Amino acid sequence: MIEFHLDARSGVAPYMQLIQQVRHALRLGVLREGDKLPTVKEVVARLAINPNTVSKAYRELEYEGLVTARPGVGTFVTKTLGSLSTHEPLRASLQDWLAGAREAGLDNESIEALFLSTFRSFSEART
Amino acid sequence: MTSALRTEQLTKRYGRRTALDRCTLDVPAGHVVGLVGPNGAGKSTLLQLACGLLDPTAGRIETLGERPASGSPRVGFVAQDTPVYGGLTVAEHLRLGAHLNPSWDATLAERRIAQVGLDPAQRAGKLSGGQRAQLALTVAAAKRPELLLLDEPVAALDPLARRTFLQGLMELTAESGMSVIMSSHLVADLERVCDHMIVLVGSRVQIAGDVDEMLAGHHRLVGPRRPVGEGSGWDVIEESHTDVQSTLVVRSTAPIDDPSWQVNRLDLEDIVLAYMAGAAGGAGRERVLEGQR
Repeated sequence: MIEFHLDARSGVAPYMQLIQQVRHALRLGVLREGDKLPTVKEVVARLAINPNTVSKAYRELEYEGLVTARPGVGTFVTKTLGSLSTHEPLRASLQDWLAGAREAGLDNESIEALFLSTFRSFSEART
Repeated sequence: MTSALRTEQLTKRYGRRTALDRCTLDVPAGHVVGLVGPNGAGKSTLLQLACGLLDPTAGRIETLGERPASGSPRVGFVAQDTPVYGGLTVAEHLRLGAHLNPSWDATLAERRIAQVGLDPAQRAGKLSGGQRAQLALTVAAAKRPELLLLDEPVAALDPLARRTFLQGLMELTAESGMSVIMSSHLVADLERVCDHMIVLVGSRVQIAGDVDEMLAGHHRLVGPRRPVGEGSGWDVIEESHTDVQSTLVVRSTAPIDDPSWQVNRLDLEDIVLAYMAGAAGGAGRERVLEGQR
């Protein structure tokens, strides 16, 4: 069983934080197929958040096919996400890109701005 | 689906003072609703109208599709100073509640008293502020209302008692599916627990709606100084200008694609403060937004 926590300063909506924490636990292998998520009541009693926030996060995870709700029993993990090993080659090529950006004379702030604006327009184009 | 609370042009005057001015709202059931605004904005008046303790001067109000009637078993109310009887013990409060309410859930009441660690033999007058609030919440919740109204329930509590109270309230809400409307003058108290928000400033509803939509629909724009064009496709909530720069808080459902603006996100507190400042500026009257589903 995992335990959720919330970061009030992150600017990320609470339901999205819950979703991200489940995905993260799946990637790390902390959660595996068949594992049970805490009930809505358990989550709200711990975090003092709105029950609809938790339901919304669970619905979204169900829509993504990561979990299944069994009424009266609980919400269960149905899928595991790709392992961290697939990250490594991507991390290496990102590091190469960063080195190239630094050689071209960009400072940290410019690199971050360039990455974020490219990332945004990329993800907007794909959705 | 019935509305938890519906008002139409609701107005309440005390003599010559107007406490609520033509408020139109429609709050769907099944939500936890935050009612925010500065002191004296009319929050308590709205809640007391909703539970039938006050009658409107003009306009209409309905809770759960009915005209509010004081003492209705469907609506629970916890007034501002967490009213308990100082001379009665915790157990006597529960017996009184069971006696007065046909729908009393004794199992729930006893379980909650044990859960929050209240001694049944303790007199309510000897309880701490946090414990009194828990007792008042338990008595209100054991009625099994469909709608629970809370007036500034956590204002007088320390941070730990505040968190414990909200945890208990959310647990009850998850269990029973009841709708909740709670007021506070501190947005931070409500941010986690509410999925719906009503902003009341100067006796009028400034904005009401879903919190996620509210967060997605408001932006802070910073850019070179310019006169504000009305036709830019957004509502200006608050604006300030220096000789070279303009800063706006705007409401827009469409993304802001003008590259000369730097667009920032706002949190709930920023949005509420912008509405308060905008209304205080006097021009707020023209920008009053209708309550919406």
